[in-house]
Amino acid sequence: MVNAAPALPVDHADRVIKIKIEGLSVSYSDGTESLSGISLLIPDRAITVLFGPAGGGKSTLLRTINRLNDLADVVEVRGRVLLDGEDVLSPKTDVISLRRKVGMVFARPVVLPMSIRRNLTYGLELSGDRDETSMDEAVERSLRAAALWDEVQDRLDEPAVSLSGGQQQRLCLARALVLQPEVILLDEPTSGLDPISTGKVETSLTQLKQDYTIVLVPHSVQQAARTADYAAFFLGGELIEYSPGRQIFTNPTDQRTEDYVEGRFG
Amino acid sequence: MTADMNASLGPQKTAGVSASRRKRIERLGFAGMSLAALLTVAPIVLIVVHIYSNGLPAISWEFLTAIPRDGMRAGGILPAIVGTFWLTLGTAVIAVPLGVGAAIYLAEYAADNRWTRTIRIAIINLAGIPSVVYGLFGLGLFVLFLQFGTSLLAGSLTLAIMTIPVIISTAEEALRAVPNSFRVVSVSLGGTQWQTIRKVVLPQALPGILTGVILGLERAAGETAPILFTVAAFFLPRLPHSIFDASMALPYHLFVISTQVPGMPIRIQYGTAVVLLTFVLGMNVIATIIRSRARARRQW
Repeated sequence: MVNAAPALPVDHADRVIKIKIEGLSVSYSDGTESLSGISLLIPDRAITVLFGPAGGGKSTLLRTINRLNDLADVVEVRGRVLLDGEDVLSPKTDVISLRRKVGMVFARPVVLPMSIRRNLTYGLELSGDRDETSMDEAVERSLRAAALWDEVQDRLDEPAVSLSGGQQQRLCLARALVLQPEVILLDEPTSGLDPISTGKVETSLTQLKQDYTIVLVPHSVQQAARTADYAAFFLGGELIEYSPGRQIFTNPTDQRTEDYVEGRFG
Repeated sequence: MTADMNASLGPQKTAGVSASRRKRIERLGFAGMSLAALLTVAPIVLIVVHIYSNGLPAISWEFLTAIPRDGMRAGGILPAIVGTFWLTLGTAVIAVPLGVGAAIYLAEYAADNRWTRTIRIAIINLAGIPSVVYGLFGLGLFVLFLQFGTSLLAGSLTLAIMTIPVIISTAEEALRAVPNSFRVVSVSLGGTQWQTIRKVVLPQALPGILTGVILGLERAAGETAPILFTVAAFFLPRLPHSIFDASMALPYHLFVISTQVPGMPIRIQYGTAVVLLTFVLGMNVIATIIRSRARARRQW
């Protein structure tokens, strides 16, 4: 079943489309269908927010874009996910380079049991990068982009777990950035953070969108409204409404979107 | 005192009676359980104290470094010590790669299907087979059929088969204890599954794997039955020169001098027991140190 919701946000004309999702359906092995017939255009250099109640298929969509769902019990994927025109779901896709192009930050900050520095160089090491100078540069560049450099520059060799929760999550963001991806997927990245850390993450996201395609699953409607350039409302695996950020939160066209945005169900 | 307070005292009083009764039962339970704990500790303490107090006087430089003389009634036990050392090493060389490899396959790669369930059942059953059966199996397969003869190779292979199930189960457990989120993160950064295992999972699981390996080898080092038909020499007053040589070994030597040689001085028996026990307990201590160090350093 293909959803009737508009696949294009209204003012997309001056935007480059980075990711084009066409009729995407994903089912898990327990028989549940997580996404049904989603079509969505995600523009480059903007924050696209996927929001809606739990179980709506937002995380599934994120994890389909970087093929992380390959690790899960997915039995069927239909449709296409085009990244720069290439179908990432094709069996011919090199998932390793795809995942380096499409970075991800998870809900819970998961730092690897290594030093702060090695958490960042880990992704570079995986591709065989051994050059110390370029690694040091990459470490500093990514930490600055994640607004963490000032806090950790003197303690790069300490274990990453010694950082606070908010710092750990910014380290995870930096770890994704160090690979110089084109797209960053964030799955409720601030759900475990205090308001100040949340603010720092949101600030760095709004700066990062100058250079990256950002797809964010926010942990609240408020965060969605604060950060969204484009917002897509998901309910029960369907895309209900997709439009430029301000509009969906102030003047939604679908009654279900309105009910959710106004907090009538969650 | 108001009526209100009296009313609330009523139920409290009955609760008080049953509470003191429950406390008595609890105290009785604790006493019983501490007794049980004590009873499990007592044998090991008694064994160690008994063996060491009787055997330590027999330990001398000559005892540890000389070849047995006078039908093993004098001299040292060097060939048995060396034999057990090589057997343990040989067992490790065979069993560790196979056991850890199988554990990685089961924990990281294998899907949960009929095939892997069969493997698991086989492993559990392998661990339950009496050691003398392993000995006879080793005799049939390695000594006779493959014509390795009574040799360190045949003995190590037999002990390895016996040790592998222990290594697989402990290593698999150690691998599964590593949080799955580490794997997901590594893969999301463009790591292959093998890179993820090698760079993240294995280093984290290593202390647990090592502990299992040492405990498995420790058991192999002390076994008599599996080496009885496959490697052990009754009396061989020289050191083995190749893996195809038969050898003396501490557990079997202890059995021989305790039951098969008339007029054997009892201090030599105790001395041999001390050496064997020290070897095995020493490995145990190493395993404990590795485990507690790793636990102190663990970041998850």
